Amino acid sequence: MSKVRVLVGTRKGAFILSADGKRDRWEVSGPHFAGWEIYHVKGSPANPNRIYASQCSGWFGQLIQRSEDGGATWEPVGNDFAYDGVPGTHQWYDGTPHPWEFARVWHLEPSLSDPDHVYAGVEDAAIFASTDGGTSWRELSGLRSHDTGSSWQPGAGGMCLHTILIDPRNPQRIFAAISAAGAFRSDDAGATWRPINRGLKSAGVPNPTAEVGHCVHRIAMHRNRPDVLFMQKHWDVMRSDDAGESWREISGNLPTDFGFPIDVHAHEPDTIYVVPIKSDSEHFPLDGSLRVFRSRCGGDEWEPLTNGLPQRDCYVNVLRDAMAVDSLDSCGIYFGTTGGQVYASSDAGDNWTAIVRDLPAVLSVEVQTLP
Amino acid sequence: MIRVELPGHLRTLARVDGAVLLSLDGDVTQRALLDALEARYPVLRGTIRDRVSGRRRPFVRFFACKTDLSHELPDAPLPPAVASGAEPFLVVGAMAGG
Repeated sequence: MSKVRVLVGTRKGAFILSADGKRDRWEVSGPHFAGWEIYHVKGSPANPNRIYASQCSGWFGQLIQRSEDGGATWEPVGNDFAYDGVPGTHQWYDGTPHPWEFARVWHLEPSLSDPDHVYAGVEDAAIFASTDGGTSWRELSGLRSHDTGSSWQPGAGGMCLHTILIDPRNPQRIFAAISAAGAFRSDDAGATWRPINRGLKSAGVPNPTAEVGHCVHRIAMHRNRPDVLFMQKHWDVMRSDDAGESWREISGNLPTDFGFPIDVHAHEPDTIYVVPIKSDSEHFPLDGSLRVFRSRCGGDEWEPLTNGLPQRDCYVNVLRDAMAVDSLDSCGIYFGTTGGQVYASSDAGDNWTAIVRDLPAVLSVEVQTLP
Repeated sequence: MIRVELPGHLRTLARVDGAVLLSLDGDVTQRALLDALEARYPVLRGTIRDRVSGRRRPFVRFFACKTDLSHELPDAPLPPAVASGAEPFLVVGAMAGG
């Protein structure tokens, strides 16, 4: 029978939740790296027992941990994230120049085919790559040195590169997203990049349709249809049918289109999920009611999913990297909250259960479907 | 032997219990001590000093002989009691909640 392994990064360590294919009884291991912030934990699609974790703290900086046995044991690997050349400046919150300074790794994206090849999205925004299992890192500086780079500004959470998507049909094509610069695409394995933000509109910036300056929160794709992208922007849920060349809004009947995560059903490329949040100044669900919204038609029309989720007095948030799906026949959907709950649905969102509920604030959730 | 006491998180990373004992050739300075510490425990590179600038991380302090040495020059001699091993060199993480 298949198994599922849920990799959870929290403010105070990593946890690994395991179950068989029924997904009704869960074992919890952890905390791994107790007391450290674990921004992201992700396994290699080519070798699921190879897992990478981003471990950091305000005191002691950044480490990358690597496991060869599915998370049972870990070894620290390389943590030298040196920007290429003289980094220069980007814009600070008040528009003044600010030096590019490495803070942490937000996201780790292993190659689809090579367990030793992994990308890292970092704050201040840049993308790094390792081809030796995380031992050494090299910046793909064509992104940060893009003509617009000096005008990028941080979002409230820092100027983070938080999303990396690799086109399964063409690994030369990589998508990345930065708060608050926007979405970018490379068609040459990360050597050069260009903004792909046409169609985005962001109120509150001087030019709402500027080439860059959009606070993209998350992008998702279905592996069988990589030209179709779904985006949760600061406000607005968006869709592109041309690999980011243009975007259109698909917020439709959502009660609020602010939010952080977005994800796609493993077997239905037009079934997508978001977790609407009240507003950019009130990061919790509307009316204290935690609802996932599902669209089965690629956007515009959404239905609330509430069975098993708290419908009163719930004021948690769901962060951008804290939702994932498994690939079992009945697709499982998972998300973690800043209140420490990890909710799972084994029926594509119809019913939810908290598979663990008292963890530290959840920063990220990834799922591995194992044979 | 020079004794270095690390905060708990760094002891866990380095997989050591208690103080680290180091033997230095030449002048006993903060830089020489930390270079030797990182050579013995490469996992500590970047955790005490910034990897790029080489400077002490902001939330890390150095104490010895009841004195805050955090702002001493990296190549200044450490107190004789540290050099002789009579007193430990303390690497301390700033106190904070959360």
